[in-house]
Amino acid sequence: MTVVPHRVPGAQPEPDVAETRRDTATISGDDVLVALGAMAAAISITALIFYWIAPFSGVLGFVVVSFVMFLALYAALVWLDGDGPAVRDRIVGAAVHGIAALLIMALVFVVVFTLLKGYRALIHPNFFTQDLTKAGPLEPLTVGGGLHAVVGTLEQIGLALVITVPLGLLCALFLSELRGGFTRFVRTIVEAMTALPSIVAGLFIYATVLLILGFEKSGFAASLAISVMMLPIMIRASDVVLRLVPGHLKEASLALGASRWRTVRTVVLPTARPGLATAVILATARGIGETSPVLLTAGYSAALNPDPFHGPQVSLPLATFTLIKSPQPNVVARGFGTAALLLGLVLLLFIVARLIGGRGPQDLSKRQARRRARMSARDVARFTRQQQRLAQQFAQQGVNTSE
Amino acid sequence: MTSAVATPERRRRLRPSGGPDRVFRVVLRLAGAAVLVLMAMVGTFLFTKAVSALRVAGWSFLTTEEWEPDSGRFGIAAVLTGTILIASVAISIAVPLATGMALYVSEYAPGRVRRILINMIDLMAAVPSVVYGLWGFAFLQAHMIGLARWLSTYFAWFPLFKVTGSDPRDPLATETVYTSSTFIAGLVVALMVAPVICSIMREAFSQAPIGEREGAYALGATRWGMIRSVVLPFGKGGMIGGTMLGLGRALGETIAVYLIISPVFVIQPHVLQNGANSVSALIALRYGESGPMALSALMAAGVALFLLTLVVNFAAGSIVARSRSGAESEA
Repeated sequence: MTVVPHRVPGAQPEPDVAETRRDTATISGDDVLVALGAMAAAISITALIFYWIAPFSGVLGFVVVSFVMFLALYAALVWLDGDGPAVRDRIVGAAVHGIAALLIMALVFVVVFTLLKGYRALIHPNFFTQDLTKAGPLEPLTVGGGLHAVVGTLEQIGLALVITVPLGLLCALFLSELRGGFTRFVRTIVEAMTALPSIVAGLFIYATVLLILGFEKSGFAASLAISVMMLPIMIRASDVVLRLVPGHLKEASLALGASRWRTVRTVVLPTARPGLATAVILATARGIGETSPVLLTAGYSAALNPDPFHGPQVSLPLATFTLIKSPQPNVVARGFGTAALLLGLVLLLFIVARLIGGRGPQDLSKRQARRRARMSARDVARFTRQQQRLAQQFAQQGVNTSE
Repeated sequence: MTSAVATPERRRRLRPSGGPDRVFRVVLRLAGAAVLVLMAMVGTFLFTKAVSALRVAGWSFLTTEEWEPDSGRFGIAAVLTGTILIASVAISIAVPLATGMALYVSEYAPGRVRRILINMIDLMAAVPSVVYGLWGFAFLQAHMIGLARWLSTYFAWFPLFKVTGSDPRDPLATETVYTSSTFIAGLVVALMVAPVICSIMREAFSQAPIGEREGAYALGATRWGMIRSVVLPFGKGGMIGGTMLGLGRALGETIAVYLIISPVFVIQPHVLQNGANSVSALIALRYGESGPMALSALMAAGVALFLLTLVVNFAAGSIVARSRSGAESEA
């Protein structure tokens, strides 16, 4: 806090010296000391209460009581040389910092907990090369693994992507490029479908594909269920990205005489490409982690089943869900292993999405830049050829009248 | 062409160009129609299937607590109440956390930390729900008993916090009454939806116009004064919309809830007490008993849940859209 010195009326004017540069830092040394002092006092008082005065116990209680204590003491200390607004400002600031720290710690803890628990299973290389056919509940972790679930996840999400990417991107283009009542109607329906709970999507596929059409539980049925769930998400995300393409770019292309299709192919899609890739990848991450539609449609098997069209095929989230409920510690450890793998997969997808999405349409990779340069050189050559040809024609016809 | 002076130019009609463009438009329309048909099929199928169950149950579908479709006594009174209770616990925990986090990221965090936190929150929103469920099941459950007992001991006057069948003065009393409760399921769902809510709120907060922010500072506002008078009013739409979007996610959550609760088919308003239920957990639990009536009843429950999330989502969408356009016009 900057303390402005009181100017006493009638005092002699300040000496005429060169103005010193003012410190504009928002945190001064005093503030840090006040916060640290309040913190130390809060922890000591809480410890006093917990271990000497009252029969309280528990880490959670300690943290909560000391935080409340800290807020009170901090308010009192700020009050000493500040006014009401300053006190409120500091209290809110401290509370916001506390909440942010709490949420971040909780979220990081969820991830780290899963990874640490999964570590026990993941250090055995057989976890990546075997399925669970030979691994009974009492077998040590050196037998059996999650290969079948990895294969199942990859095949199911692959099939789902084959269905959703073309359909989703075309539909998003339809929503952003064409206008009219029909478009609005489709957009409303798609928005409504994003509210479909994933378990209901699974129930739909279960009732139609499995019960009415008579297919068996398989990876394909699961990928259909995932597609029903992913499609609206992908359409909405891509639609948002496509609508962000600046209108003047499209209009420039149309004004140069390009058709709608050419405009989309050469202007809209390249401009929106990083955003579209991000939309697809984030929808994939959602689809990969969905358990409930898979639970209803894929069936469970402990064996590796590379054929997604016949027989039950388990995926990573479903394997996690099934294994974790076992009372045997080794089976539970395998469940954590599959969860950690799933988490790693989502993390990988997310990083890829950020790497692609973080790059705007104008910053190109080296290869893209070379290709752009080649294309523009070709255009220059084409234009000069055309001009030469025109000049020749004019010369032949002797039309040289403009001067 | 300069001959236009002689013959007055006729107004040109703008026509969609032909050739490949027509094919392009047809393909786009087909894709739109295909998606529409698919989505409409899901919707109509669920509704028509649900109708046959609703015809059997009639209005008692909304008031019956049991779930015995084969004897014709089934209803969503218990599961729907359970769903709403879990979602409200989740939202009432997640919204303060998400608001604080969003304010921290958009107003307090220094530049580099802010970028890391934004990425981290988006990543957390993408973490599969089964991972959260796993954490709740394997870790949180056991560590929340103390808190649940404390709440039920000192706040039992609040009807939701009452726990029947426990005596806080009896040191040997079993602790299982405090496990598998609505509270713990809600806590896990809260952590799951907090990043979703937070990222929408953060976006809304960061759209508060810089001119007004600096105006507030120039008038001598503290940082909190600026937040209260500029950021929060501008972000109000985003806050409400984000909350409702999170509510939609919380209502539809299956796996995390299913892993934690022990299902009961009575209306269980005591959130700290063992036993809870939700529509999605009911579907996951009972889809296997594939009698046509049972399945149709599950569809009806699913449709009820879908309608609920639909209303919540549309409300959220319209609020977010309205707030966004308002913020842009001011900037």
